[in-house]
Order: sequence, then structure tokens, then C-alpha cells
Amino acid sequence: MSPRAACRLEALGFTAVYDYVDGIADWKATGLPTEGTAEPKQRVADATRPDVPTCRPDETVVEVKSRAHDHGWDTCVVVDCDGIVVGRIRSPAWDVEGDVSVAELMEPGPTTVRPDGLLRPLIHRMQKRDTAHVLVTTSQGALIGVLVREEGERVLAGEPPQQIWRDCDGCPGRWASTP
Amino acid sequence: MTPIDRVRLLQLMESEAAQVVDVLPAGEYQESHLPAAINIPLRELTPVRTSVLSTVKPVVVYCHDGL
Repeated sequence: MSPRAACRLEALGFTAVYDYVDGIADWKATGLPTEGTAEPKQRVADATRPDVPTCRPDETVVEVKSRAHDHGWDTCVVVDCDGIVVGRIRSPAWDVEGDVSVAELMEPGPTTVRPDGLLRPLIHRMQKRDTAHVLVTTSQGALIGVLVREEGERVLAGEPPQQIWRDCDGCPGRWASTP
Repeated sequence: MTPIDRVRLLQLMESEAAQVVDVLPAGEYQESHLPAAINIPLRELTPVRTSVLSTVKPVVVYCHDGL
């Protein structure tokens, strides 16, 4: 639809016409804000933490373990050079000794969810399966953060999220602390 | 017409005050649209309806997912 609209505008004399081809579906999938009358509901992005540590597959487990634990996490997300999630490493992999690479011990292809998904049904599924956290990515697989179930339960109980996803100049968005 | 992605859209909105036009039907626009977007449904893209747009500033159109 939008390509036809763009052509129509050019026919009407507009010279600088752009087509955001991925449309509002892509905008929402990144967790960016929208306007309108749709009932506001809590989304995955409302309870997602961006501060999860990341590592590359070619790093050693010993290095990564230290980094994760220094930041208070027992999990590290494995990303490629484009920030695309390729795996996850956590206990009991930390117990290995020697120069073992992350690639050898990571869990490949972990489950991910999108930031615009509804929070409540996801938290219910996590409670049923006793899942502590799930990775949040864009539809292209780029890491946004981690939804920690306890944080999600707090947000559903009415507590404000610690951080929210805001747009910024020249990038898909950034995390910012709530007032 | 130039196809753009979300990153370029944000640049155009921030630095060039792009005019964002939602070409979806009015009902869908009312339910949810990009911040500051105006609604001119595809079938209503006439000289009269588009006269509210500046011909100097960039115009970005979007629908649900391009289809």
C-alpha cells in the first residue's frame, strides 16, 4: 500500500518522498511508542532489563564468567559481531576449567520474544514453566535485553519499570531511566 | 521514491522535520499510529487532502508492513 502512496505523492508534485517499507508493524516490534486510542497494555518492553552482559563465541568461558558475575548475573548472552543473539551461557557451564571457548559450551538458539508482546500472558507462561528469564530481541534477532520474571511480576503489580525504551537520533532507540 | 528503514526514518524525523503520513484507513490510524503522523488514506491522496503537506519538507509514508 505505501509504495503506491509514495508514487501517488510524487505524481502530485512532492519531490522528497520516502517509503518506510516495514511500516508500523516494524515500529511496534521494536517497542517504540505509538499514539492512538488502543487500550494501553503492559508490554514486554516495560519490564525488560538492558544491562545483561554479552560475549562473543570466541571468548573463553573463564573470562566471560568473571564478567557476568562482576555484574551480578549468572547468565551471559552470546552475540555475533552485529549484535545478533546466537546463544546463551550460564551454570553449570561456568564450572569448566582451562581455555574452553564459549562456542563449545553455549546453548545455541535460545528462546526469544519481541518487546511489543503482551507482558501478562508471557509472565503466566514463564510461571507455568518455572522460567526465570527470557531474551528480548528485535524481529531481526538483535539483543534488546532480558525479561526477568520477577521484574515482570513487579510491573504487573503496578510498580513502575526501572527503565524504558526511548527513540533517539540516528539509532533504533536507547534505554533511559524513568523519572 | 526512496525506500527507508526505521533508522533512516528516525533521522528524517529528528533532523529534517519529516512529515509522516499514515496511509491506512482512518479506523486503523485512530487505533494506533506513529507519533505525530497525520492520516491520509491511500484512496484520499488528492491535491486537496495533500495540500496540508509542505512541498519543501520530506514526506514519509507508511502502512502496516508495506503490503
